[in-house]
Amino acid sequence: MWRSLWTLVRRDVSLIVMRRQDILTVVAFFIIVTTLFPLAVGPEPEILRALAPGGVWVAAALASLISLDRLFADDWRDGTLEQIVLSHQPLPMVALGKIAAHWLSLGLPLVILSPLLGYSLGLRGFELVVLMGSLALGTPVLSLLGATGAALMLGVRAGGALMALLVLPLYIPVLIIGSGAVSEAMHQAGPYAHLSLLGAMLAIALPLVPLAVAGALRISLD
Amino acid sequence: MVFRRIPWLTFAAPRNFHVLVQVLVPWLVGGAVVLAVAGLYTSFFVAPPDYQQGNSYRILFIHVPAAWMGMFIYLLMAVYGVIHLVWRIRLADMMARSLAPTGALMTFMALWTGALWGAPTWGTYWVWDARLTSTLVLLFLYLGYMALRTAVDDRENGARAASLLALVGAINVPIIYFSVEWWHTLHQGMSVTLTSAPTMAPSMFTALLLMTGACWLYCAAIALRRAQVEVLEREAETQWVRDLIRDGDSRTWDRNATVADARGTIREEGRS
Amino acid sequence: MLKAEGLSCRRGGRPLFSGIDFNVDPGQLLFVRGRNGCGKTTLLRAICGLTALESGQVTLRGEDIRRLDESARADLIYVGHRDAVKDEFTPLENLAVQQGLRGEGFDEARCLDALEEVGLAGYEDIPVRYLSQGQRRRTALSRLLLSSSPLWVLDEPLTALDVRAVDWLLELLEMHLAQGGLVVTTSHQPIDGLREANILDLS
Repeated sequence: MWRSLWTLVRRDVSLIVMRRQDILTVVAFFIIVTTLFPLAVGPEPEILRALAPGGVWVAAALASLISLDRLFADDWRDGTLEQIVLSHQPLPMVALGKIAAHWLSLGLPLVILSPLLGYSLGLRGFELVVLMGSLALGTPVLSLLGATGAALMLGVRAGGALMALLVLPLYIPVLIIGSGAVSEAMHQAGPYAHLSLLGAMLAIALPLVPLAVAGALRISLD
Repeated sequence: MVFRRIPWLTFAAPRNFHVLVQVLVPWLVGGAVVLAVAGLYTSFFVAPPDYQQGNSYRILFIHVPAAWMGMFIYLLMAVYGVIHLVWRIRLADMMARSLAPTGALMTFMALWTGALWGAPTWGTYWVWDARLTSTLVLLFLYLGYMALRTAVDDRENGARAASLLALVGAINVPIIYFSVEWWHTLHQGMSVTLTSAPTMAPSMFTALLLMTGACWLYCAAIALRRAQVEVLEREAETQWVRDLIRDGDSRTWDRNATVADARGTIREEGRS
Repeated sequence: MLKAEGLSCRRGGRPLFSGIDFNVDPGQLLFVRGRNGCGKTTLLRAICGLTALESGQVTLRGEDIRRLDESARADLIYVGHRDAVKDEFTPLENLAVQQGLRGEGFDEARCLDALEEVGLAGYEDIPVRYLSQGQRRRTALSRLLLSSSPLWVLDEPLTALDVRAVDWLLELLEMHLAQGGLVVTTSHQPIDGLREANILDLS
């Protein structure tokens, strides 16, 4: 079982790396959305600093959302998903493997890049560490939740906008806690409560969400 | 395969459900009208004006039941969704489908009346209060549910996808609620909250109860009727619907209905 | 060994097929025939356990196809209409992934042999997107050579194949049947030269 799972993760990562433009698109999207904030609200450092945690987090959530449509769609279109279901792997594990590959290639770059964007909006030192930590804990949860939507949307014509309607409400708790962690780091109280909550969300989502994704995949393949 | 007879599934068979709705809906509608009239009378003429808010608080007699129904119906929809996913009972899905527009309507009413109440009370139509925000998210969940249903071509697949979405959404509702609540307390926005309302006069409480009852009956009646239409539409080719169209109303039901009836698997025999 | 009882299926609210029964034993081929849109692909997917049926049951060695355990699922190989070949990968990489998914180790020598046999010698290292439709199909079919599954379910295997490749495939099927294998297949073209083809007419 582990061998096939490993094959799958390696295959997915190498596929995404082969299509480098996908990673570049998502990363560029992340940067552009973040730069929209100073352009929209003006260059005053104080306002930007107050806006920074939310701004970076909203940009990350949207970038995660737009990266989702490739998660299962390609494999669904060319029949690989059928073969995956027929292979004797437990489908939730397969789903988890695919989500992990997706996060490694499209979520991790956002985490790595986030301090740069945070810095440009006026976050400093410890706040940048917290920003990065909150995204490192939060974006996997976003990928997991989004995967449910992506699996349900297979074969549905009205793509992107509907996906946003399905997935964004589920993102809200992560967004609140994640940006809350950075805000707290800027004030007197430490970010540890928020970070623990994010960790708890990840710990709960990790075993449960793949079950829902597997169910959704079965429905879509039917 | 031999199906064990489960009596409580009698009404999950489409035909029996039709008869049940025919019997129930007039009573539900009648009850809703009676309760609504009594409730409106009590809330407008019996209940005293609030010592702080004057008469503007009276909109809460609609607002509060609508908000309750909005949340409750989503939960009910998710329960029907689970029943549909696990036991493949189509009627459960039709109920979930019929509940969605009503639930969305109730949620929208709650938001709208809340805004109207907020204008004189808080001085603004909208604040990012925890309850308002989570109700808005609930409305989005309803809209997503309905949109997903219509977007999937195959009806049965759309139904299963939507059921799963309702389940995931229902698990998320409390998480969303608590996170929004927490976010709200962190940001220290508003100082007026619904929870610190002064104690209620008995007549106010009566009016609230009556209006809640009216809302319940209305929602039940409308959802059942909508599900009935759905049943007739889906079963249009079957013998019993044809008989129904030919002979008019039938008020007898088949007491030997089984889980197979509910799943629609042995309906083929009745298909001409 | 493969048995179907009373299969029926609905799509988009209308019945697609109903009351399908058949039985396929080792050494037998079942040829599903019918016009477009009569449910050939759906039936084949149902035989693999991919599609939920409205009623009826498909069993392999007496076990429900949708509840097979791991080892029993390896008894089945499905080459679908959508052939699960990735454009970005070379034929060799495609085979490696397929083997990995089936839980077998990657055996480069065997994969190269299989590709040579389907006529892709010299193309092993070229991404599939630069290959022709027929070569793509051959890549998909080369999976049959690597598997030891007795039951082959092939959806329109002859599509896009040239005469030589068709002959090769028919020969392969013949050999598989002679070794006691089972084949379920569909095709627009008549499959001549196959002995004892049981024909199932949908529609």
